[in-house]
Amino acid sequence: MGGDLGFYLVQALTGLSSASALFLVASGLSIIFGVTRVVNFAHGSFYMLGAYIAYTLIGHLGGALGFWVAVLLAGVAVGIIGVVVELLILRRVYQAPELFQLVATFGVILVIQDLALLVWGAEDLFGPAAPGLEGTVNLLGTRLPEYDLALIALSLFVLGALWLLFQRTRWGTLVRAATEDREMVGALGVNQAWLFTGAFFLGSMLAGLGGAAQLPKGGADLLMDFNILAAVFVVVVVGGMGSIAGAFLAAVLISELGAFGILLIPQSTLVLMFAVMAVVLIFRPWGLLGRPEAPGQHGQAGPPEPPLRPPPPRLRAAGLLLLAALLALPAFADDFTLVLAVEIAIMALFAASLHFAMGPGGMVSFGHAAFFGGGAYAAALLVKYAGSPMEVALLFAPAMAGVLALVFGWFCVRLTGVYLAMLTLAFAQVGWSIVFQWGEVTGGDDGILGIWPSEWASDRLAFYYLSVLASAGGILALQYVLHSPFGYAMRACRDSVVRSASIGIDVQRQQWLAFAFSGALAGLAGGLFVFSKGSVFPDEMSIPRSFDALIMVLLGGVKTLLGPIAGAVTFTWLQDEISRLEYWRLILGALIIAIVVAFPQGVAGFLRARAGPWFGIREMEA
Amino acid sequence: MTPANGAGADRGDGRGDGRGAGRGTGRIGGAAAGPELDGRAGPPGEPPRVPLLEVRGLCRAFGGVRAVDDVSFTLDRGRLLALIGPNGAGKTTCFNIINGQLAPDRGSIRFGGRELVGLAPHRIWRLGVGRTFQITATYPSMTVCENVQMALLSHHRRLLSLRGRASAQYRDEALALLERVGMAEQEDRPCSVLAYGDLKRVELAVALANAPSLLLMDEPTAGMSPGERIELMQLTAGIVAERNIAVLFTEHDMDVVFRHADHILVLDRGRLIADGAPEAVRANPRVRAVYLGSEDVALA
Repeated sequence: MGGDLGFYLVQALTGLSSASALFLVASGLSIIFGVTRVVNFAHGSFYMLGAYIAYTLIGHLGGALGFWVAVLLAGVAVGIIGVVVELLILRRVYQAPELFQLVATFGVILVIQDLALLVWGAEDLFGPAAPGLEGTVNLLGTRLPEYDLALIALSLFVLGALWLLFQRTRWGTLVRAATEDREMVGALGVNQAWLFTGAFFLGSMLAGLGGAAQLPKGGADLLMDFNILAAVFVVVVVGGMGSIAGAFLAAVLISELGAFGILLIPQSTLVLMFAVMAVVLIFRPWGLLGRPEAPGQHGQAGPPEPPLRPPPPRLRAAGLLLLAALLALPAFADDFTLVLAVEIAIMALFAASLHFAMGPGGMVSFGHAAFFGGGAYAAALLVKYAGSPMEVALLFAPAMAGVLALVFGWFCVRLTGVYLAMLTLAFAQVGWSIVFQWGEVTGGDDGILGIWPSEWASDRLAFYYLSVLASAGGILALQYVLHSPFGYAMRACRDSVVRSASIGIDVQRQQWLAFAFSGALAGLAGGLFVFSKGSVFPDEMSIPRSFDALIMVLLGGVKTLLGPIAGAVTFTWLQDEISRLEYWRLILGALIIAIVVAFPQGVAGFLRARAGPWFGIREMEA
Repeated sequence: MTPANGAGADRGDGRGDGRGAGRGTGRIGGAAAGPELDGRAGPPGEPPRVPLLEVRGLCRAFGGVRAVDDVSFTLDRGRLLALIGPNGAGKTTCFNIINGQLAPDRGSIRFGGRELVGLAPHRIWRLGVGRTFQITATYPSMTVCENVQMALLSHHRRLLSLRGRASAQYRDEALALLERVGMAEQEDRPCSVLAYGDLKRVELAVALANAPSLLLMDEPTAGMSPGERIELMQLTAGIVAERNIAVLFTEHDMDVVFRHADHILVLDRGRLIADGAPEAVRANPRVRAVYLGSEDVALA
């Protein structure tokens, strides 16, 4: 009997100890977002760096004291790296419209990935045990590693320290004030730049500390950055953005759920996590201890976009010319170019579908790969298990992705702004885990192979025309819907929720259906993708794939309809050019950062300002 | 005779709150007492008539603060009813409850005999309640005309339609409404560049799009020049007369209130302290006490 009790006690404490890294990283993300309104995608990378730096430092210092000094120093070092990122990159783009800072933080992810590879190598590193805490303690007959207790103590200590910092110091008060009302703090004459840098230091340091402290348990590897990101987003959404106590509560909740859920349903702790998240968000859309986001606070920064106009004649002509050029391309281009062109066309459709949701729809999705990959898997599974022909699979892909988007969207449209965005990422991660873990059906990590086009389309040229026409058709369909009453009503919901509700628009229903439509077209892109590659892997649903689309849209410029296409061409071509090189991530990341700093209004935004007048595009009246 | 029984709510729900009941009825000026008593008893010899809007015992608290405390009134077609009171008196809360944006803690709102409490704003609009906002809410990324077209598309239940360009649909109807509010020349400008007074006119045109029988106007003239204020209220009064609709509006400008309202309700800290014709309210000592010193508004 005592054994049983001890087992549950140890299980509970194990849960608490694994909450520690999650809490540290999530509270850091929360602090940075609260003050600067930047969702720091690179936060997972800071966590990873913390682990690697601590590994090196522990090797040099040694001893019990040396271990803890190394952990602390690793945190401080990551904090300084955060400050460097803030000073050199983000500071230049705070004024940029929309979520352009995200692109910069994505560039940072790529750079850090390759720097870590360069410095520490590709091998997973096993964390050294903490001197003096290698043993276990006996709790009612069950053994618990001593280090787990140390981690629990550490997170309680950090929680207390943060509480003191925010309640008892002037700087902490300013951070809280900025989190609640940034404009007010600006009006008080506080040096905002200093506040931002400070928040970045603290937040990054917490992430580094989290990574360093978990080293003896989890070691260090190059996948840590994305692996923790989804869990951290769930914690922040469930706990409430900007709330430290909320982050703690949610981290404990999610971790305990993992610890006990594994006893109940070993295969699907994720399903449990997902269920809890869903329940919390239905009853408290702003998280356990969060507060509602002020309307217009996120995603719609900057001046409003100009009204939609039918494309001016010259622009229409340019579009037709481009299409004609694409149709004529096979006459001049070699096979490699055609393969690249197919990929660009598919990615342009994917990016355009995301743009539809996040630009005119005002629903930023960090997890659009759920629908791209969802469509890809739907097509591949249909071919594999039902032996269906390509044509049917290509219709099935958008249909299933649309259904998936209806399910995810039902929850997502209950939220707004960054909460919505983070929830989409969490959902996408659930989807990814399912295809990754459900090996018997999806092939798991090995993917599904041998999904080839029908006879008539198996020729390279035929498939080129098929994918270019289908992608162009999809993009035109998005454009058409945007100009239709449905699209206008969607845009109305983005522009003003109160006005829309007061002229009879059911805002959530409108957004829900628009989200599903966007998901369906992402699914069409995914379906085309499967047949272009002949295979599908869980990667197509992963966070990096979601970020690809996000980067394309943001690079292109959210407020221009041509943006996603320009972004897809730029990004896919760049990636293709660079990915053959060693350390291509480093180069691509640095390039992305350079583009962000050079064109803070996006590539298409830049082109629009320069070339727009010639095409007869009207700018806003002054 | 029409909007009456301001203290009516004190009868029922006031039981638990003797203090409030005393305040509600006792001190209202003599001139206002008449219609109140009539309203409560029902006028003898006339068939009982259902008012367009009947609000009873509305309550809503935020934390410990009673933003709206036991408010009751009625409103008929063809009338302009002003809801006034110092800042924080609960006017906007009252509006947001009637409009469906906020749920009341207690009370009922009957509109054309139908209960509105519990309905979402978009459903209330379909029943014929238009709304303009204290801080204008229009679509900045659309033109003036498209803003009105959007309301018309909703009215004609075309929100899920994929057919045709939205900007070409119901354009003539929208232009006619814009003509009525004097905004037709600016129909092609984006709402994001309009002057504030013009935005208020656009809102009025939007609110008229589904031919409402009740218009809720939250501070319709805020941010306008004195000349514009009079113009907008004359426009509103003209529309009320020609369409035989009812208007409930809040307003800080006493000049506008006393010049245009048929009937005035005065709120103070959530409670209705006066309810009557403009002259009666102007003479009411309680109202004078509330306004004296709190704002430099002359009730003359």
